[in-house]
Amino acid sequence: MTAAPVVELAGVSKRFGGSAGAVDALSGIDLRIGRGEFVSLIGPSGCGKSTLLRIVGDLIAPTSGSVTVNGKTAAQARLDRDYGMVFQVPVLFDWRTVQKNVELPLEIIGMPKPERAAKASSMLALVELSAFAGHRPWQLSGGMQQRVAIARALALDPAILLMDEPFGALDEMTRERMNLELLRIWERTGTTVIFVTHSIPEAVFLSTRVVVMSARPGRITHVVDVDLPRERNVDTREMERYFELVTEVREALRAGEGPPADGDPASGRVRAEGLSG
Amino acid sequence: MSVALAEPPRRSAAAWVGSGIRDWLPAAVLFAGFLVCWEVLVAVFQIKQFILPGPLAIAAAWRAELPALWAATTYTLTEILAGLGIGVIAGILAGVVTARFATLRDSFLPFAIAANSVPIIAFAPIFNNWFGIANPLSKAMIAAVLCFFPVMINTVRGLRNVDPAALELMRSYAAGEWDVFRRVRVPNALPFIFTALRLATTLATIGAVVGEYFGAPKVSLGQYVATAFGYLSVENAWAAIVFTAAIGITLYLLVVLLERLVMPWYNARAEVT
Repeated sequence: MTAAPVVELAGVSKRFGGSAGAVDALSGIDLRIGRGEFVSLIGPSGCGKSTLLRIVGDLIAPTSGSVTVNGKTAAQARLDRDYGMVFQVPVLFDWRTVQKNVELPLEIIGMPKPERAAKASSMLALVELSAFAGHRPWQLSGGMQQRVAIARALALDPAILLMDEPFGALDEMTRERMNLELLRIWERTGTTVIFVTHSIPEAVFLSTRVVVMSARPGRITHVVDVDLPRERNVDTREMERYFELVTEVREALRAGEGPPADGDPASGRVRAEGLSG
Repeated sequence: MSVALAEPPRRSAAAWVGSGIRDWLPAAVLFAGFLVCWEVLVAVFQIKQFILPGPLAIAAAWRAELPALWAATTYTLTEILAGLGIGVIAGILAGVVTARFATLRDSFLPFAIAANSVPIIAFAPIFNNWFGIANPLSKAMIAAVLCFFPVMINTVRGLRNVDPAALELMRSYAAGEWDVFRRVRVPNALPFIFTALRLATTLATIGAVVGEYFGAPKVSLGQYVATAFGYLSVENAWAAIVFTAAIGITLYLLVVLLERLVMPWYNARAEVT
């Protein structure tokens, strides 16, 4: 990574609550993400991965540290509409058709109607939902709704796509199909993606790098470079190297849990390996 | 997920009327049966006319008194509509302002919720005193005050009760407050506001008619009922009550119709899920 990073986090920490019941959600986060990277944030509940995503997107402010996006502050990047957000729930509006939901960000920036319609149509074509432009969100399945949300997030051609467990609510089959779909979209658009997930296989399959976090306080314990071929498909999930990487991430996650409560010697061994790696 | 692949439902007008008749048929049959039972019971037990007239006697009074009843209905309906208009517009405006400012929400909203559980109708004589017993405005204002609180409270709820993720989404687009208001908050509030509007039609009718019981020109429905009871022409009083009920039901159905026109997505979704 010699080129200037798209996202640069330096010493970012976040403390929630007052002095009495304060919780350190994040502590000392340093991370650089290059153009066109696909970075997953993975970790146990409460490790602050969603909080970190929101700090990058300027949805919440860090307590200390700096966030630089394309050489600007996160706030300026948000005002410049550098972000596309996808949440765990699709957040589609029932009072709009699928097409009009995708047009929402374009309306906000004041794009004229004909251009807006054309842009939304091309976004729906990208997620292969052109046939459903006139439908209402509730007439679509969960996976299709999330594809509409992705189309909407990409409508402004954002520099960075921020995804907060977007496929967490989907069944395993749909999830795997959505993973392939997302990779295809990422290839086509070249957008930098930051992706929060609970799923180790999903993180390894999608990412160029997996950032492993641990809780109390939320911090980065490992960064696993995913050296799988960039072109990924159903066969990737059966490659030797894929399984090695899944194991590496799993062990890194376990190492981050800290000493086991029941003093299990096996976990202790794994922990030592994880730290040396 | 056959639903996902189905075309959006588009029903012809004839089909809509047809399904309407099917939906309403059981209720209509039940109501007809109720009227028959009423007539039979009154005849069998020889209930005195001034205790409970039968439906046929009421229908006869209705025909005989039609001109007077129609004049009274027009008069009272004007009060109801004026009260509904004032109460609903004021309620929505107050709701919008209250939803916007946290200090107002903290101070005014608890007051409004408390006021909403007070039987405001008890203040009817006071309004007669303030605005003049013969002035239709006194009844309109009672109706307006009755409508105001539920409309205002529901407007606040609808504008505030927005999915936090939707607000995050709008923030990520650097959307201004006005954009959030008209593209997210208002459509989100519509179902809440229509629920209050349905209630408001009933409350406005109650407010105007009960206000008239405490004093109004002879040409009003409330005074017609009071006078008819005074002369023991109970079937005439019942005929006027039928008109009052008809006003309430008609206004309610108009709101339901308006609701379908303004938020077609809402009912269509309810039919599927």
